[in-house]
Amino acid sequence: MRAMQQSETQGAAPAPLLDVRDLRVTFDTPHGLVRAVGGVSWTLSPGETLGIIGESGSGKSVGLEAIMGLIKTPPGHVSGQVMFDRRDVLTMPERDRRQLRGEKIAMIFQDAMSALNPSLTVGTQIAEVYRLRRKCSHADAERKAIELMDRVKIPSAKTRIGNYPHEFSGGMCQRVMIATALALNPQILIADEPTTALDVTVQRQIMTLLAELQREDGMALVLITHDLGLVAETVDRAMVMYAGRLVESAPVSALFEVPSHPYTRGLIRSMPRIDGASGKLHAIGGTPPAAGRMPKGCAFHPRCEMRVERCGIERPNLRPVGKNRAAACHLAEEIPHV
Amino acid sequence: MPYLLRRFIQSFILLFFLISFVFVVGRIIGDPALIMLGTSASETALDQLRENLGLNQPIWQQYLVFLSDLTQGDFGVSFRYGFSMMPSDALRSEGTPVLPIVLSRLPATFMLAGTSLVFAFSLAVVLGCLAAMHPRSWIDNLVNVISLASVSLVQFWLGLILIIIFSVHMGILPTGGFGTWQHLILPALTLAARPLGRISQVVRSAMLDELSKPYISAARAKGVPEWRVVFVHALKNASIPIVTITGDELSQLLTGAMLVETVFAWPGVGLLLIDSLGRRDLPMVQAGICVVAALVIFVNLAVDFAYTVLNPRIQMDNRGGRA
Amino acid sequence: MSAVQTNTVPQVEEHDRAASITGRAYLSALMRDRVAFIAAIFLTLLLIAAAGADFLAPYDPNRANLGARFIAPFGTARDGGFHLLGTDELGRDLFSRLMHGARVSMSIGLLGALCSGAVGITLGVLAGFYRGLLEDLLMRAVDGMMALPSLLIALFILFVIGPGFGNLILIFTLLHWMVFARMARSLTLNHQQHTYITAARAIGASDTRIILTHLLPNMVSPLIVLFTLEIAVLILSEASLSFLGFGVQAPQSSWGLMIARGREYISSAWWLVVMPGAAIFLTALALNLVAAWARAITDPVQRWRWLTPPRRKNQPIEDDE
Ligand SMILES: Nc1ncnc2c1ncn2[C@@H]1O[C@H](COP(=O)(O)OP(=O)(O)OP(=O)(O)O)[C@@H](O)[C@H]1O
Ligand code: SF4
Ligand SMILES: [Mg+2]
Repeated sequence: MRAMQQSETQGAAPAPLLDVRDLRVTFDTPHGLVRAVGGVSWTLSPGETLGIIGESGSGKSVGLEAIMGLIKTPPGHVSGQVMFDRRDVLTMPERDRRQLRGEKIAMIFQDAMSALNPSLTVGTQIAEVYRLRRKCSHADAERKAIELMDRVKIPSAKTRIGNYPHEFSGGMCQRVMIATALALNPQILIADEPTTALDVTVQRQIMTLLAELQREDGMALVLITHDLGLVAETVDRAMVMYAGRLVESAPVSALFEVPSHPYTRGLIRSMPRIDGASGKLHAIGGTPPAAGRMPKGCAFHPRCEMRVERCGIERPNLRPVGKNRAAACHLAEEIPHV
Repeated sequence: MPYLLRRFIQSFILLFFLISFVFVVGRIIGDPALIMLGTSASETALDQLRENLGLNQPIWQQYLVFLSDLTQGDFGVSFRYGFSMMPSDALRSEGTPVLPIVLSRLPATFMLAGTSLVFAFSLAVVLGCLAAMHPRSWIDNLVNVISLASVSLVQFWLGLILIIIFSVHMGILPTGGFGTWQHLILPALTLAARPLGRISQVVRSAMLDELSKPYISAARAKGVPEWRVVFVHALKNASIPIVTITGDELSQLLTGAMLVETVFAWPGVGLLLIDSLGRRDLPMVQAGICVVAALVIFVNLAVDFAYTVLNPRIQMDNRGGRA
Repeated sequence: MSAVQTNTVPQVEEHDRAASITGRAYLSALMRDRVAFIAAIFLTLLLIAAAGADFLAPYDPNRANLGARFIAPFGTARDGGFHLLGTDELGRDLFSRLMHGARVSMSIGLLGALCSGAVGITLGVLAGFYRGLLEDLLMRAVDGMMALPSLLIALFILFVIGPGFGNLILIFTLLHWMVFARMARSLTLNHQQHTYITAARAIGASDTRIILTHLLPNMVSPLIVLFTLEIAVLILSEASLSFLGFGVQAPQSSWGLMIARGREYISSAWWLVVMPGAAIFLTALALNLVAAWARAITDPVQRWRWLTPPRRKNQPIEDDE
């Protein structure tokens, strides 16, 4: 994966597959207006693997759900632009948008067991949109379901097609989810923490499967995760979110070598090392701000070790810092040298 | 023991208790002869009736006879039904077996209760789903108002109001009776009010529950059309509370029909029962009560059966032999 | 949706605000919920009207006045008497009769709910407290009795033992204790797990003391909600039974009985049917509304919403450019 991406970025920038511009999501709650995503912009190239990391509540899921059109409005409100195939996804009629889902962009979720309908057989669920969109017969749909289950390596697909989700293990459910997402050969697959609910060996199997499928289909993958190790291994480019905003975006190798944002650095330092050399576990002190109560200036400044006076007054914008990377910190240029 | 078999046995025990209860109230707390002839009856007439009915035997013997008669479908004979003579004269005749009469009234009650339930259920599901899809919209408010009103209403009063409006003032529908479809409209509407309110409320809240679950987002994410998300994905999972309340309301309908049949002179079991109460026709009353209660118990059993069909997990558990 | 994450705001606010919740807060919350407020006022007026019917009613409810028969609502009799809701077939003032009927209907509702509540709560608490065979038998009885058609059984018993006020209360106690028992039991089970019960046990408090001073006071609010709902249910049942002739007997009169009487004149004097039924409807509606309000306000998850001043709508986000 990484090789492919590198060769592309060296040539002229390819037209992005997905272009997100100033995406904002707010919720009207009884406690007041909550801003979950506060203006993020990013692009995704064909075949690319993009990782999104950040603490719980930083707006990772909400941002991608907004792109998929899964935010209920009201209480939610979504603004900005999401260009796909030269059209703004956010303003297109609901019918076209639904056409896009599944057909062009698919999404899989953290807890596959609860993301599958408990009262429909897995076969029905896998082939459901295929049957609806392609208007094919039940027999064809069943054949397709078996084919997809084979693709995601569910053993004895023929006999298990009539089973219900609760008859599968967590890892198998996630495979079913993936098969569902692949039914219409989408160009983008969004995976929201696809392995968090699984145990380690199964996690690895699922990631291998995703990488394989991606290679075969040339699909772009957006991977949300808390697992920095996973990011380091599988992703081409990583984006770091904090309190609803992007704070850093960089090719993954560069990010891990020299983070340009104190928050990223904190995250990487808090990662348990396999080599065991570093000794102390370095967690970031404090908690992220509640979505309704943003501090003035840099949202991270109450927790930042580097902060200067300016940080509490003026909010840093995301700006380019070096090749292919950007960071939102007043001291971005200096961080790598501290 | 399989779940359904256990439920079946429980229902049977309940029915047995009910029948015994009817016996205890009718024979021990009350005096059948006095009930049937009234306090103004002469002592000789009372004695004669007691003799005829075997009321002079020891009570446990009466109980056994009562039970064994029931198993043969013999709920006793009526000296009132179809007789226009003085009560004491009627006693000299053979009497009419009550069970066939009660059973002959069932179709009318089924027709009324069935129409009401089908109407209320389909409207309630549509209204409840729409309300859940658009919380706080006018349709959500409408569902709230209907459900609140429906539990605050006495049905027979609603029936009388409908009669005042559609029969007395507008003159377009009959005030009561049986025969054409016009006769069915008002009683069915009256009877439908309560289940409409209660079912739509349950549909609404069950659907709100389901629609906020992850698998709904997932279904939308894979491009399932919204109508299918709501009416196939969510509704299927919301079906258990909906079936429960519908079964509950069907039991209510069977007894609620009593009042509505009285108001509209609809010749069902309910009207027969109320008339028999007025005629002090104890055997007929007992038969009516046992038949209606048996129906109610049967409905509850049917609901349990529906669970196992609707919920693949219960099915699984049964296959495994657990409850 | 996976999006609803742990948001610490509500808990913090609940703590801040718990201290400031006073009787006045409840009252102002009631005033804010306009519908519930109107319902509460209606019920208060109704109780006053029922209790003071002897002094407050404009006419003697039982005095026939053949010169003033079938006067429509807002009508005036030839002798100059004004009748707000009209008169009946004997020229009796409907409004006055409704006030006296309210006394019967309300007291049956209240007494019936009190008696069935007392029986049900006692049994439920004992079952939840001592568990074992008692609990088993009780819950089986509850399930069984709740599966039977209660109106039908009430009719049958009344048919045998005879109608009347006292028998109605008896029947209602017999057939309505189960809901209370069920709720009291589950509340008892819930509370028993709390440490304060264990603590009370540890310092050697007797069972009776634990039940009376620790358990029951903590169960009051949900039980009051249920009690309110049951009053409504019983008023409706009483109306049905009286309508069928097995409830209240003349010369006493209740709303249900008034409808039954009025039915004979349905084609000429609609108000004889409409008015008493409307009284039942409004009363039950008001009880349901007040119960819904009470439930919302005593629900720990929702109460802060009600007991604190309404927030400003759409307050701006401070740092958005
Ligand atoms: N429906 C909603 N109403 C109000 N606030 C919401 C809603 N959905 C999400 N939020 C808020 O939006 C913020 C971002 O949530 P989001 O789920 O995107 O976080 P996340 O980064 O995906 O976290 P995690 O890693 O735990 O999945 C959270 O603070 C959450 O409270
Ligand atoms: S802007 Fe200041 S507070 Fe914010 S991350 Fe950079 S140094 Fe820290
Ligand atoms: Mg998330």
